[in-house]
Amino acid sequence: MESRSNFRTPVSQQAHVIEKPKDTSTIGGMVAIEINEKKVSVPFGTTILEACKMNGISVPTLCHHEDLCVAGVCRICVVEVEGMKTLQASCAFPITNPIKIKTSSPMVRKARRHVIDLLLSEHYGECYSCFRNGKCELQNLAKEYGVDNYTFGHVTKPRYEIDNSSYSVIRDMSKCILCKRCVRTCIDLQEVGVLEAVNRGHETKISTFLDKPLLDVICINCGQCINRCPTAALRANDPSDEIWAAIDDPTKHVVIQTAPSPRAAICEEFGMEPGHSLTKELNTALRRIGFDKVFDTNTTADLTIIEEGTELILRLYKAIVKKESVALPQFTSCSPGWVKFLEHYYPEYIDNLSSAKSPQQMFGALIKTFYAKKAGIDPENIVSVAVMPCSAKKFECNRPEMNSSGYKDVDYGLTTRELARMIKEAGINLPEMPKSDFDSPFGEASGAGLIFGATGGVMEAAIRTVYEFITGNKIEDAFEKAEVKPVRGFEGIRYVELPLGEKFGPVPDILKHFIPNWDWLKGVTLKVAVAHGTANAKKIMDDIKAGGKFSECHFIEFMACPGGCLGGGGQPIPTTPEIRKKRAEAIYAEDESLEIRKAHENPNVVKLYEEFLTDGPCGHISHKLLHTHYTKRGRYIA
Amino acid sequence: MKNKREGKVIFSPYERGDAVKKVVAISREDVLFELRESILKGRGGAGFPTATKWTLVSAAISDEKFVVCNADEGEPGTFKDRILLLEYPELIFDGMVVAGYTIGAKKGIVYLRGEYEYMLKSLEDYLGEMRKDNLLGENICGKIGFNFDITIRLGSGAYVCGEETALIESLEGNRGEARNRPPYPVNTGYLGKPTTVNNVETFAAVSHIITKGGSWFAKFGTDKSTGAKLFSVSGDCEKPGVYELPWGTTINELLEIVGAKNTKAVQVGGASGICIPKSQFNRKLGYEDAATGGSIIIFNESRNMLHILKNFMEFFVEESCGQCTPCRIGNVKLLEGIEMIENNNYTFSYLNHLKELGKTMQVASKCGLGQSSPNAFLSILENFKDEIFNNGGNNGK
Amino acid sequence: MLVLEKNNITEEIEQLVRKHGKSRSSLLPILQDVQRKHKYIPDFAQQEIARLLDIHPVEVYSVISFYAFLNTKPKGRNIVRLCKTITCDLAGKDNVAKMIERELGIKFGETTKDNRITLEYVNCLGMCDQGPALLVNERVYSKVTPEKAIKILNEIK
Repeated sequence: MESRSNFRTPVSQQAHVIEKPKDTSTIGGMVAIEINEKKVSVPFGTTILEACKMNGISVPTLCHHEDLCVAGVCRICVVEVEGMKTLQASCAFPITNPIKIKTSSPMVRKARRHVIDLLLSEHYGECYSCFRNGKCELQNLAKEYGVDNYTFGHVTKPRYEIDNSSYSVIRDMSKCILCKRCVRTCIDLQEVGVLEAVNRGHETKISTFLDKPLLDVICINCGQCINRCPTAALRANDPSDEIWAAIDDPTKHVVIQTAPSPRAAICEEFGMEPGHSLTKELNTALRRIGFDKVFDTNTTADLTIIEEGTELILRLYKAIVKKESVALPQFTSCSPGWVKFLEHYYPEYIDNLSSAKSPQQMFGALIKTFYAKKAGIDPENIVSVAVMPCSAKKFECNRPEMNSSGYKDVDYGLTTRELARMIKEAGINLPEMPKSDFDSPFGEASGAGLIFGATGGVMEAAIRTVYEFITGNKIEDAFEKAEVKPVRGFEGIRYVELPLGEKFGPVPDILKHFIPNWDWLKGVTLKVAVAHGTANAKKIMDDIKAGGKFSECHFIEFMACPGGCLGGGGQPIPTTPEIRKKRAEAIYAEDESLEIRKAHENPNVVKLYEEFLTDGPCGHISHKLLHTHYTKRGRYIA
Repeated sequence: MKNKREGKVIFSPYERGDAVKKVVAISREDVLFELRESILKGRGGAGFPTATKWTLVSAAISDEKFVVCNADEGEPGTFKDRILLLEYPELIFDGMVVAGYTIGAKKGIVYLRGEYEYMLKSLEDYLGEMRKDNLLGENICGKIGFNFDITIRLGSGAYVCGEETALIESLEGNRGEARNRPPYPVNTGYLGKPTTVNNVETFAAVSHIITKGGSWFAKFGTDKSTGAKLFSVSGDCEKPGVYELPWGTTINELLEIVGAKNTKAVQVGGASGICIPKSQFNRKLGYEDAATGGSIIIFNESRNMLHILKNFMEFFVEESCGQCTPCRIGNVKLLEGIEMIENNNYTFSYLNHLKELGKTMQVASKCGLGQSSPNAFLSILENFKDEIFNNGGNNGK
Repeated sequence: MLVLEKNNITEEIEQLVRKHGKSRSSLLPILQDVQRKHKYIPDFAQQEIARLLDIHPVEVYSVISFYAFLNTKPKGRNIVRLCKTITCDLAGKDNVAKMIERELGIKFGETTKDNRITLEYVNCLGMCDQGPALLVNERVYSKVTPEKAIKILNEIK
């Protein structure tokens, strides 16, 4: 479970956490209650909602979300508690004494209908013309409770203008039901703090600082708010119409790269349980839709590992041997949400970011140079699409720095949700597709690139390669089945020490021109850390600022989204800790099934250095195409 | 100046420090005993027994506890706290010191509504005098280890902050949005510490109870509503103002005292209270019958009840904090319903929907504001239906 | 905003944070002090308060927008608030309002051209026994008649 402690949200929105007894067999550990006249017992401190769930009783919720602290504001989950005059919000009520609960009394049912009716009366738009049609929590409840005649009227005009200033997130506040999930996501879960409720009473709305457009405030585009919005008030900026147009244009050569996380989650959009990778089915579907080539982002994830790993080794070499002042620890830079977070809040640490581009952008640069040349296609006519679990990738591909091919390196970032819709629109049932492989020259990739999708994955992939580079031993000798378990899991922050020992191997060929040998690493213990969710990133950054233990680290992986990319802002809705766990299992299972599981063993990557990036990792060509620089943005909003 | 107001309980003779000097000589248990004897109930309107509240806070284990005085008097028609703050600050502050002693708090906070900022200076000066007299500060009145001080914090114009958890949120620097309960402030209050939040008048009553005894206090009023209550009387009468009357006084008696003539209706408990028609003027003021935090607004025969109701609902639409659905949208729907009646553009079936909605708001809203805002709507439409509906649609503005 | 002005605001906020303490519970007192001095809370001040209290600017804005007596846009030098709640309403606040609007040539919610007065309605001022009531800055006037209102307005600088 991701840690929920240290939320500094107003107490009005905090869960009343009563520590549940470790041993429920002690006296008072269990509380005997009655739900709908059925006697059950639950651990002390369980909320009524949890108690109902444990006993198979469904209670509707809207403002409640498993990842977030309690709000208790929508009032849809109210139940009757005997002896209390008013109804109680079951999500917010901890059971500490033997109470009798009724979850479906006439008063409760009437109240729930009223709440739904009131929300519908102000919820602008018609369901059939809404992108969340069929996936809207409000719509589902209205159906479930038979609220179908707008008792209290229905707005016919939008109350607010749509804010579509952002590359990533579109806000349509006329559809907002003020559940404040986005607020709690943005402030608690992400510590970004773009959204809050403003005004009061009927004038209350969710707003940015001084109602500015999202583009102008410190939004990191992570899209976590979208994943938790129960209605269509928040959505990603969808480029699918432009992509269809490119597909339909015979002069365009449309290529698509798919990242591992969408492949592990897109099944959910087709009614399957979470936890099944449909990588090869997706390849077939994409070709049937009309994409000319289907590539695997993992190829450039492997490339990222080589580049970023080399960069790390070089930084260490400069620091230890040449005594130069180098920015350490080195931070990963493949999560564009995290990069923007740092640019705003910790601009003084911009040099710590690895200059290696994210896999998406490396791929973009290679497609319009290496691939274009190889395939004999004018890069002008290539439309490069990236399927990502991420809404921030939409922003990333639009950064002015990202045109090292001489063109816009990646034309469109497409989310898992949007791709699923395109596939459905094309009349394809994804799970039934025959399997097929990726196209060359970026066909095969290693399991290292694949596990980028889960928090800790980049670190694990880097360790697999850097460890073998330095020690000359097989990673399997140090970690069974090459599974670097200490960096895995969903703990918000992980810290691992890796002693390098005394015995080193020869310096691999691609690094030979930088360093003569490994002797300078004698006795060094590699210290690494992993954080996911920018709230956790903030904790590490504050510790580094204060000179704490993380400032001694060599390499830190940061992912903006809880769970890493598999929990990204472009992934299927809903998201819960349970769903994210399943997605991670799917990714690790796929990794285990692969033959090649280390970036430096990816034959395509090896070939790339032989044929194209001829001066090696962190060389001139690589620097031009595969590395970038960042912008000190600062925290002030103009 | 002092004690010019008439009253046997709250306005009875009292000198600054009386209660403090007495309390330091007795134990916490003795204080709680007197409070139990007095059967004092919260004077803000909710009527929670003060002894119970203080016992709970006093029993809570914590390194820090707080005494909070709710001086966010915002209920329409209520101004008794203004009189107490201006004319009887000793009763309030002494009561807070007693509370600090009883629950083991070192810090008291007065949450003074922003509209009363003009009182701030005189109140702070008064606290300064108390410090000089060692009624505040360290080792108060020679009681070694009894340290307590009071600060005043201003509100900024939000009625809902009179709700105790919203008040605490406001003190913590947040929007005045009520918290989920449980946990109650007695365990998890200001800064998460055990906190007692009491009305200005409750503290004043405590000062008298400590000085004169719980059983003395319980002699006044009725069995269930002991002591006397301050009533803020306004509207159509000759002598509006603050009156101390024993609980159990009937509305008729009160109207007589304040010189009200041709009275059609009395709003008991302010905008969030209920509207009582002439036929029920023999009802008694008290927790067991017509409960009120003290607001009495009198309407004579010339008044338009729909207009009054509209004024109340406009008030709630503006003052709802807006976090929970029933209150945020429900109040607007009720107000729209009133406008429909005004414009003679309603159906009874829709009004029935609204009445049902009002009942839902009473049970499903998150805090007392939304739970009580439909009271006026329900009681005025019920009690004055002849006036409102049988006039051929003459409800125009 | 000029650099000098910004520096002044930063200094002012730093001082207020020292006075009230560096914690979220100091937010309202700090905002009230800024409001008292500037008659509104400038954008930059909001961001500085956020920075120094380690919260987000939108949280400061959110709190300001909740409270009727705090605002983010400049208002007149004096704020005149007329109580519109029931007893003042019954006591004739409409006549007072009409007279004030006519005299100043502005509606409630507006500010005079010379920036002297902003007119607002306010909910119950706790002067129900002496309505209609008028709050001029923090001073309260009771039993206000249209004539008396004009006199009060004329005395405002």
